[in-house]
Amino acid sequence: MSELLRVEHLKKYFDTPRGLLHAVDDVSFSIERGETLGVVGESGCGKSTLGRCIVHLLEPTGGKIFFKDEDITNIRGERLKESRKSMQMIFQDPFSSLNPRMTVKSIIMEPMIIHKLHQGNEAAQEKAVLEIMETVGLAKRLIDSYPHELDGGRRQRIGIARALALEPEFIVCDEPVSALDVSIQAQILNLMRDLQEERNLTYIFITHDLSVVKHISDRICVMYLGNIVEQCPADKLFASQFHPYTQALLSAIPIAKINAKRERIILKGEITSPIDPEPGCRFAARCLYTKPECLEVQPDLKEVEDGHLVACHLY
Amino acid sequence: MDNVIEIKDLSIQYATDEGIVKAVNHLNLQLARGETLGLVGETGAGKTTTALGIMGLIPDPPGVITGGEILFEGTDLLKLSKQRLRAIRGNKISMIFQDPMTSLNPVVTVGDQIAESIRIHEKLSRAEAALKAKDMLELVGIPGDRYGEYPHQFSGGMKQRVIIAIALSCNPEVILADEPTTALDVTIQAQVLDLISKLKKEKNTSMILITHDLGVVVEICDKVAIMYAGEIVEYGSLEQIYDQTAHPYTKGLFGSIPDIEAKTSRLKPIPGLMPDPSNLPEGCSFEPRCERSCQRCKEENPPLIEIGNGHFVKCHNYGKVGEGEDV
Repeated sequence: MSELLRVEHLKKYFDTPRGLLHAVDDVSFSIERGETLGVVGESGCGKSTLGRCIVHLLEPTGGKIFFKDEDITNIRGERLKESRKSMQMIFQDPFSSLNPRMTVKSIIMEPMIIHKLHQGNEAAQEKAVLEIMETVGLAKRLIDSYPHELDGGRRQRIGIARALALEPEFIVCDEPVSALDVSIQAQILNLMRDLQEERNLTYIFITHDLSVVKHISDRICVMYLGNIVEQCPADKLFASQFHPYTQALLSAIPIAKINAKRERIILKGEITSPIDPEPGCRFAARCLYTKPECLEVQPDLKEVEDGHLVACHLY
Repeated sequence: MDNVIEIKDLSIQYATDEGIVKAVNHLNLQLARGETLGLVGETGAGKTTTALGIMGLIPDPPGVITGGEILFEGTDLLKLSKQRLRAIRGNKISMIFQDPMTSLNPVVTVGDQIAESIRIHEKLSRAEAALKAKDMLELVGIPGDRYGEYPHQFSGGMKQRVIIAIALSCNPEVILADEPTTALDVTIQAQVLDLISKLKKEKNTSMILITHDLGVVVEICDKVAIMYAGEIVEYGSLEQIYDQTAHPYTKGLFGSIPDIEAKTSRLKPIPGLMPDPSNLPEGCSFEPRCERSCQRCKEENPPLIEIGNGHFVKCHNYGKVGEGEDV
């Protein structure tokens, strides 16, 4: 496997009336080709901002993004347009991410028109649309339907079809199944996995749902207030967690089984504000093991076991 | 145990331009005193409509209760005058709504919102009600001196706790909690679930918990009812539903949840979609998605039959050859 994407010290700050909001603060990781990197965290931890920075929907405040060893942090114009062919995004909400005035066909065809795919030949483009629709499991008869005529699961399939239209290598999936019912969610997760195998796709899979992230990811990053606090292979995270936040997060997931009751760690307090954060560990205010050191120095992400990285002063 | 709430043969419909939407169809349900019942189902199964029906809050028009009875401590709520119903609603039966972001009034302080529901049901002066509202805030773990703050100054978890405080302020006999933790993050969800079960135990309140999350049900419920297309398809104790799952739909739900402990590469989703409630199949409503469907399922809607001590299932094929093995 070779490295496809590398993010180095990525920062994204937003200027707000109350100060500088550190949405993503010094995040580094890399993704291998064909891999799924799960990014998990609670609302406000910066996971969506991270995804949006990578596909250039937001401009990072600092840091670098490399795609196939090429620095794409500051590309503009034609080169940016070119890079979008290989990087696409699937959005969270299938109800608001589709234009209500466009038919299924025009939604899926639009990226092809913009990038002059299939020589700008409409018949060829329509054929391609039908092929993609079949791939994602949308019936042909829906080609002239509007999004409001379809249910959430089908709409999310359109979102996936649109992302696939340019045959990208890399897709940022931002909570693609969160708005769906479990039985439909399972259909979409299976579809995404099949597509990955068929097309050797690389995913960043952003979600707050730990069982979903475990199911789909090869490696997982846990984010808390703009930082990655733990990073490791998916099965390792669930076998042994090091960071106190990850431990609490995992113990809080309701499991649909009787006698699955575990020692539950209930965190006190709420997430602290990401606006002009205090020095020291971001989690210190809710942590069970806070030491004086934690309030002063922000811990670095360091390797504690093979491939298992943790940002905590305990290790 | 006596039943606090008994629903008999309840049907609720909405009249829309596209036809009549049958949201709840011949529903039967009991809630015993002190018990927590989990009402589980996917979007559009009719869970919230059932709860609104109990509260007498079905928007009319377009909603109409076309038949059945809702007995609360023996009185049929559907036959009560609006005035008498109002005395029960919020006092004896109260509801926790799903979305903490939209169910509070943004221009009234949280304390006054709690005091308001106290003063509607109890003869207290403003000052007394305010004092009691402060106690309620403390009860749900919010410092009393935040009484004068507005909802936007609170986080999602705290807003949901304010809503719980409002629901509990009159010591209700029954709480209907409609997806109380769905809008919250898992660590906050754990806090809120903990709070609900603690308060419920202290006051011996009965509760119907509406959710789509089978993981939440296991945390606080005693009984479970699985709802599909406006009907109960399976009903029983936690053990019966989770360990002796009988209905194909319930099995499908469990198969759709990624298992956090086991290593699985593929999920087993239920094929297809929930039927259109304005055009329900003639026979069993789950038949078009069911692996075990037969001719009889297409023609005849199966009744809810008891298959074990208090374990009910609505399926023609239960007990037939092949049942018991995992599909």
